[in-house]
Amino acid sequence: MTLEHRSNISKIISYSLLTLIAVAFLFPFAWMLASSLKPTSEVFSSGASFTGSRLAWDNYTEATRQTPLGRIILNSILVSTCGALLTMTVSLLSAYAFTRLRFRFRDHLFILFLGTLVLPQEVLVIPLYIGFQHLGLVNSYTALILPFAFGAFGAFLIRQFILSLPLEFEEAARIDGAGDLKILWHILIPLLKAPVLVVGVFSFIDYWSAFLWPLIVVNDADLATIPLGLQMFSGERGTDWGPMMAAVSMSVIPSFFIVAFLQSQLEKGVTLGAFGGR
Amino acid sequence: MGAATITESHRGHGGLGSRLRIFAYLAPGMTGFLIFIVIPLVASLTISLFSWPLLGTSEFVGIDNYRRMFSGEDPAFYTILRNTVVFALLYTAANLIISTGISYWLQHLPNRFSRILRIIFFIPVVTPMAGNALIWRLLLNDDGVVNSALSSIGAPSLPWLNNPKLAMGSMVIMSLWQGLGYNIVVLTAGLNGINPSVLEASELDGATGLRRFFQVVFPILSPTFFFCTVMTVIGAFKVFAQPFFLTKGGPGESTNTIVLALYRNGFSFDKLGYASALAWVLFVIVMLLTALQFSQQKRWVNYDS
Repeated sequence: MTLEHRSNISKIISYSLLTLIAVAFLFPFAWMLASSLKPTSEVFSSGASFTGSRLAWDNYTEATRQTPLGRIILNSILVSTCGALLTMTVSLLSAYAFTRLRFRFRDHLFILFLGTLVLPQEVLVIPLYIGFQHLGLVNSYTALILPFAFGAFGAFLIRQFILSLPLEFEEAARIDGAGDLKILWHILIPLLKAPVLVVGVFSFIDYWSAFLWPLIVVNDADLATIPLGLQMFSGERGTDWGPMMAAVSMSVIPSFFIVAFLQSQLEKGVTLGAFGGR
Repeated sequence: MGAATITESHRGHGGLGSRLRIFAYLAPGMTGFLIFIVIPLVASLTISLFSWPLLGTSEFVGIDNYRRMFSGEDPAFYTILRNTVVFALLYTAANLIISTGISYWLQHLPNRFSRILRIIFFIPVVTPMAGNALIWRLLLNDDGVVNSALSSIGAPSLPWLNNPKLAMGSMVIMSLWQGLGYNIVVLTAGLNGINPSVLEASELDGATGLRRFFQVVFPILSPTFFFCTVMTVIGAFKVFAQPFFLTKGGPGESTNTIVLALYRNGFSFDKLGYASALAWVLFVIVMLLTALQFSQQKRWVNYDS
């Protein structure tokens, strides 16, 4: 009886502590939302109060007035979607080549490719910038999308999946006279939906959050993505906190939906990425 | 590209058709790999041997960029190196300890509760770092909510972003908030892979608490933990958006990091050659640390269970 009692107490302590930690984790987002609805003059002066003297919805309109925010959000959606689609396509084709086609040095090439998983992309930005400058492609969607669709993560993850699929389906289809493309499209892609989607989501998030490369290659507000747009709010003339937090809220909230809808896929992706790696 | 000679691609399919096919599947990925990864990597080393302005002509200077760094002629170099290493050490150690602790803790709770908590911890991982850092600048401002909470319990306000030591600490804490969720998910998957009967057996043997964790759980978790260590260290050395948005590298140079200095040298000070040399220093450090970790893994990573 006392033992059960004690375990109940420890359960209560455990639950309350974790709930407290979770609340602390979410607090910055709550404060962001609250601040986005306060008049700028009250963002700091109202102390630790969640509400200002009025609901300042005008921060949101002000945010869209100070920067072409609608355009910036559309840019982010366009760049992230195209980037994700490109990454998914290229990764799928490479993964297929590295599993089901045979050619000399295949495994050596794959290991070399895999090595770039630990290469910091930051090392590449200066030669990439110089290259795009020579081609006259600075300030273009091409420059924002193209360079970062060829990493090894996607191909690696999809490859792990293909390796776990039995060859029988494909061989049966081949005997029936189906070509590679038909096999890939009708047999493999339906089976590979989950890992390809995971690659797409992760790639989307990477493009959505990318900051250093857009900062370097874009200096035209009409081509800015969200992180770059946020930087425009803290200019030399000081920070306009209310509108800035409105903009931050608008940039952060789409990510909430990504987590809510794709949580299990995301976890699967992280897990796969971790376990194939050794 | 390795596809030049083909032995046999599939039974009954050889010759020109199969070469074309291999080319068609392999070319998109490998052309991109060559153009956007391999060539820039080599080019980066080449550029680091030049004095290279954004506009105008570049001039070969040999190892002068590196000499300037290591001779101390650029006094910022050793500062940014030290800052980056300090950040990486503090961040990696704290991240691994806390995320392992939380994952192990969540493991003992009912599924639904722990699942919701993992989702909460994961949210900052997918929100843009730029937004996250700005939110923390709001929280840690001298008149921000953290300080007003402190003063409401009678504690003194602290200059979170305006004192060299505190600024580094703030950057680590903000980054932990952003990054813990990823490792929690990975480590949870590792813990889920542990056979429950092993844990029951250890319980019968009387192993409890910390002893059980270090003698039974951790050895089985070690491959996952190894993966987290490698990836977290690499991520930590690339720290950029946090100092850019939180502290602008200050106060003084106290939170300036390699990538922030790389960006400033290249695109504010017009020294792309010097910036490339910094990029190569980053690359070499990350490669050496990764190689070191892989070479040491036999000592503590346990793959046979």
